[in-house]
Amino acid sequence: MRYFLRRAFHAVFLLFGVSLLTFLFSALTPGNYFDEMRLNPQISPETVAALRAQYQLDRPLPVRYAHWLNAVAHGELGFSFAYNSPVGPLLWVRARNTLLLTVTATLFAWLLALPLGVWSASRFGRAPDRVLSWATATLLVIPDLVLALGLLILAVRTGWFPTGGLVSVGFETMSPLHKIRDLAFHMALPVTALVLATLPMLVRHVRASVAEVLQAPFLRAAVGHGIPNRKLLYGYALRAAANPLISLFGFSVGTLLSGSLLVEVVMSWPGLGPLLLEAILARDLYLVIGGVLLSMIFLVAGNLFADVLLFWADPRIRIAASAK
Amino acid sequence: MTRPRKLIRWLVLLVVFHSIIAGAGFFAPYDPVEQDRDHPYFPPMRVHFVDAHGHLHQRPFFYPLRLREGSFDQYEEVTASAVPLHFFTRGPAYRLLGFVPSRLHLFDADGARIYLLGSDAYGRDQLSRILFGGQVSLLAGLLGAAVTLLLGALIGMAAGYYGGWRDELLMRAAELFLALPWLYLLFALRAFLPLAVSPLEAFILVVVVIGMVGWARPARLLRGVVLTVKERDFVRAARGFGASDLYLLRRHILPETASVLLTQAAILVPQFVLAEMTLSFLGLGVPEPMSSWGNLLASLQQYSVLVSYWWMYLPALAIVPFFLGYLGLASALQERTGDYKMEEKSSWSPT
Repeated sequence: MRYFLRRAFHAVFLLFGVSLLTFLFSALTPGNYFDEMRLNPQISPETVAALRAQYQLDRPLPVRYAHWLNAVAHGELGFSFAYNSPVGPLLWVRARNTLLLTVTATLFAWLLALPLGVWSASRFGRAPDRVLSWATATLLVIPDLVLALGLLILAVRTGWFPTGGLVSVGFETMSPLHKIRDLAFHMALPVTALVLATLPMLVRHVRASVAEVLQAPFLRAAVGHGIPNRKLLYGYALRAAANPLISLFGFSVGTLLSGSLLVEVVMSWPGLGPLLLEAILARDLYLVIGGVLLSMIFLVAGNLFADVLLFWADPRIRIAASAK
Repeated sequence: MTRPRKLIRWLVLLVVFHSIIAGAGFFAPYDPVEQDRDHPYFPPMRVHFVDAHGHLHQRPFFYPLRLREGSFDQYEEVTASAVPLHFFTRGPAYRLLGFVPSRLHLFDADGARIYLLGSDAYGRDQLSRILFGGQVSLLAGLLGAAVTLLLGALIGMAAGYYGGWRDELLMRAAELFLALPWLYLLFALRAFLPLAVSPLEAFILVVVVIGMVGWARPARLLRGVVLTVKERDFVRAARGFGASDLYLLRRHILPETASVLLTQAAILVPQFVLAEMTLSFLGLGVPEPMSSWGNLLASLQQYSVLVSYWWMYLPALAIVPFFLGYLGLASALQERTGDYKMEEKSSWSPT
């Protein structure tokens, strides 16, 4: 329990730090959302001042931060100037789509990376391993932006996949089965981009840690006992190699969130990415802070999940935690 | 034995790539901002040696393009008039590396315009724009990495050398930066800096923003090095002779961190070039008419361009050889220093 409390404390510290950081940055900013209004002769300076006062932009930074923290404690993330509505609901709709994308991509990436990495490690240094290493190295030198745009061009020119949006026109009238198919169809391209962007890193890590474990005496002994290969690899080796991989999982959530931000914008997926970009261009302060913070929450959740997994998978941590 | 050779091979490759970009003025046939409104969205042209009649020509040549009958975006070659290419000719003036004025170009087409990689909406030559854009992107990446390493070195050395609460504070901050997904951090930083600025200001802004994102990892690595080095005998001896902190850090500790710094540089530069590309692609970086690898791709956000003009994607591929070179260099450096870690080699984002 102590272990989890410590991890949770760490997570809260992280969120707190990020919110403070974004507020600090925002204090450095020259200009704000209402600057453009000031140029408009039809809006009197008093109105602009009143608006600024209404959103408390005229208060000093610590006061604003305290107010914002208070609002967050009450479940509100501030107010969007551009959308003229609270930030929370705006973000949730988009966050759902981002989650749909990232969770699916994570699932696929790991489901592919584990067998590929284990397979590669079991034939370490031989032809299949070399081929796979070359493949991952090739994918590694293609940046995600290049990859996403390339896939998009491919989709547009072949017409195999829809090139944007979440669902087709007339989604509401479809039968449930068709709805799922339509959604999957739209997800195919962004998910492929994300999976291909994260896959090489994952495969390489799985390969390295499994290969390392395969050298361990206990596994050589297991081989000597004539335990079948499949059980050896997936039952013994993978489990022993799990620790660094689970840490990697926590780390890969962050990379995936960054990747998803980009892929969403490139493939016009209505997630957090395009919203955040719009908010930045419009100087929509609280929307930006909310968006960044929400992604941090995802990240922290991913890391906590990794911690739970680690606790479950690695007896050493369990013992260390209960010994305290 | 093979390791230094490997290192040198990657270094040579990178030097060649960088020289091509640095000498953009020479390799590019045209001025990157020179427009030709009569030739919008021309597809890449082919260089021939053998003409339509099967005759072999002495020098390479190309056929001008014209619109196909009854079409508005399909072009065909006018085989009646072959335009020969000339090499090492005098063309538009440029400044080599920004200093040396010159008019020498690798090739030229008798005053006609040849688009080896197609042209954009304003009839600007893509090849020239990619070459000159590379200068912006690479410089941003290199300067960004320099800023990051400077920051990281200062912070890491301060934390490792002084220890105590300073160490605690700095490393907590580093953890914060490491945990943030880098693109979000980039966005958050960029969000609060001015949007409408001149190209040069935008460039400096991009460098600063990129430079501030990645300091945490080098700082942590350097801190580790400093922690071990500062207990070594020669450092203790120097301190015993009354050397000041600053002298110790500069003269004895900094040289020990060189290999870590070099490896980090090889890892950071391509990431930061990509970061510049991403920012400019999204319209948050270097603006037109200046070209960078990122803003050359910005037109792909329009569906019509995506459908009809595939060659607008070509600038994206320019970064791939650089990624390859730096990746190879980083892993060769890591092998050399014995610090052979898969993690460092394959983690491509600064966080």
